[in-house]
Amino acid sequence: MSSRTSYWQILLTTAIALLLTIVPLPQLLNFGRPDWMLLLVIYWSLNAPFMAGLMYAWGCGLLIDALIGTLTGQHALAYVLVATLAQQFHLRIRVFPVLHQAFVVLLLLTVYHFMLFWIDGIVGTTLFSWIRWLPALIGALIWPFMVAVLDTSNRR
Amino acid sequence: MASFGYDTRPIIGRGPSLVARFLLFAAISIALMVADHRNNYLDQVRNTLSAGVYPLQWLVDAPFRASRWMNESVTDRDQLRAENTRLATALRDAQVKLQKFEALTTENQRLRELGDAADDVASRRLIAQIMRVDLDPLRHRVLLNKGQSDGVFKGQPILDAHGVFGQITQVGRHTSEALMISDPEHAIPVRVNRSGLRTIASGTGNLNKLELPFLTGEADIKVGDLLIASGLGGVFPAGYPVGTVSKVERNPAETFATVEAKPLARLDSDYEVVLIWYQPPAVEPAIAPVTAPTAAPLSVETLESTIKPRASASSSSSSATPTNTANTAAANATSASASSSATP
Repeated sequence: MSSRTSYWQILLTTAIALLLTIVPLPQLLNFGRPDWMLLLVIYWSLNAPFMAGLMYAWGCGLLIDALIGTLTGQHALAYVLVATLAQQFHLRIRVFPVLHQAFVVLLLLTVYHFMLFWIDGIVGTTLFSWIRWLPALIGALIWPFMVAVLDTSNRR
Repeated sequence: MASFGYDTRPIIGRGPSLVARFLLFAAISIALMVADHRNNYLDQVRNTLSAGVYPLQWLVDAPFRASRWMNESVTDRDQLRAENTRLATALRDAQVKLQKFEALTTENQRLRELGDAADDVASRRLIAQIMRVDLDPLRHRVLLNKGQSDGVFKGQPILDAHGVFGQITQVGRHTSEALMISDPEHAIPVRVNRSGLRTIASGTGNLNKLELPFLTGEADIKVGDLLIASGLGGVFPAGYPVGTVSKVERNPAETFATVEAKPLARLDSDYEVVLIWYQPPAVEPAIAPVTAPTAAPLSVETLESTIKPRASASSSSSSATPTNTANTAAANATSASASSSATP
């Protein structure tokens, strides 16, 4: 909540998520790497929408673009879209049981990957393979654990 | 889980609605993407952003650097001696080969001068290390630890000890992004060393495989042939080895043969690569824009830019500063493919 969350917490978790995004993994694991940064953006959009809002999501997306070398603005757009959806329904999603939440997160991640896929298609560098959607699934599976970890530090 | 946050701001004057804010950010993002994709207006922005994320990349890479350093510092004497002997032998062998090579180079140069065609000569080399940082898993890109401050420029060719590695696609302040020749977006103009046949080798998304899609069933090529960079397209200097042909399948029912090659550069295990600066031949080879085979997903605009990359490559190599006039590096390679694919 805005009263209990500090900007330091947001900053620290963001730094950790960015690191997790580029930590080298074996090829196979790399394909299934969950979108840490986006999961965190969803978390903060649900829990502190007035501190970490669209501007935060957009900035994170831009950083991801710079980090993994995609078209500038591609991840930023997808992040803002997901954050908008999350914020629009944050009062409802927040009271869902955690598994139910994980399902919503799966939907959000699917929207996100569809957006990336769509932009890739327009730019003309699309690579279709089913493995593209694996991070969405893994992200949803990881969501309950991530919430548990973040909640311990965020809410006492 | 259930807890209710409260917005301390007054009801009136909360600013624009969520949707309005979304549209604003979406518009900015789309503008950025268009600017980035169409032109190179954004190079400065990208440069700044990449400098901003450099500490993160440095941090992630640090443990691997440390472990390498540890490995090097704790090697015992026997190991060092063994390695020393091995390296001395390798150096002697290389020098013996070089003795003849020197003479050949001079002779070659003389003959080329007679024919008024200077060879591509690498004028400067720089060793760069591949940072242990994961980029987009669907693309074959790596991050190098040399950037603008070292004079790296967009479209610069990269070699490793065994062959052509790739080219630079983005230059940051301290880092640069390289596209490997195996990336599905990459294509490199090559020549078959044995027969002189010119064609294009494009990446497949598989580190150990290149495709040669524009060879007809009658093309003079066989398994084991060495492919060398042809120098057309102006990005890669001519003569450097690219790969060996690993598969040739001629199906009489089809116009084009299925030809695959294995890159000689160790794309999956490289740790250090070499950036080179070279002077492309001053004489512009006559390239007639020919309609590309239907198999090639090329547009007319790439054909028109055939000449441009070479000019920009020469200007940037002479001044050793990054110029941004070239199209994206991948486009350079593809544009070359458009021109030379129909030549053989």
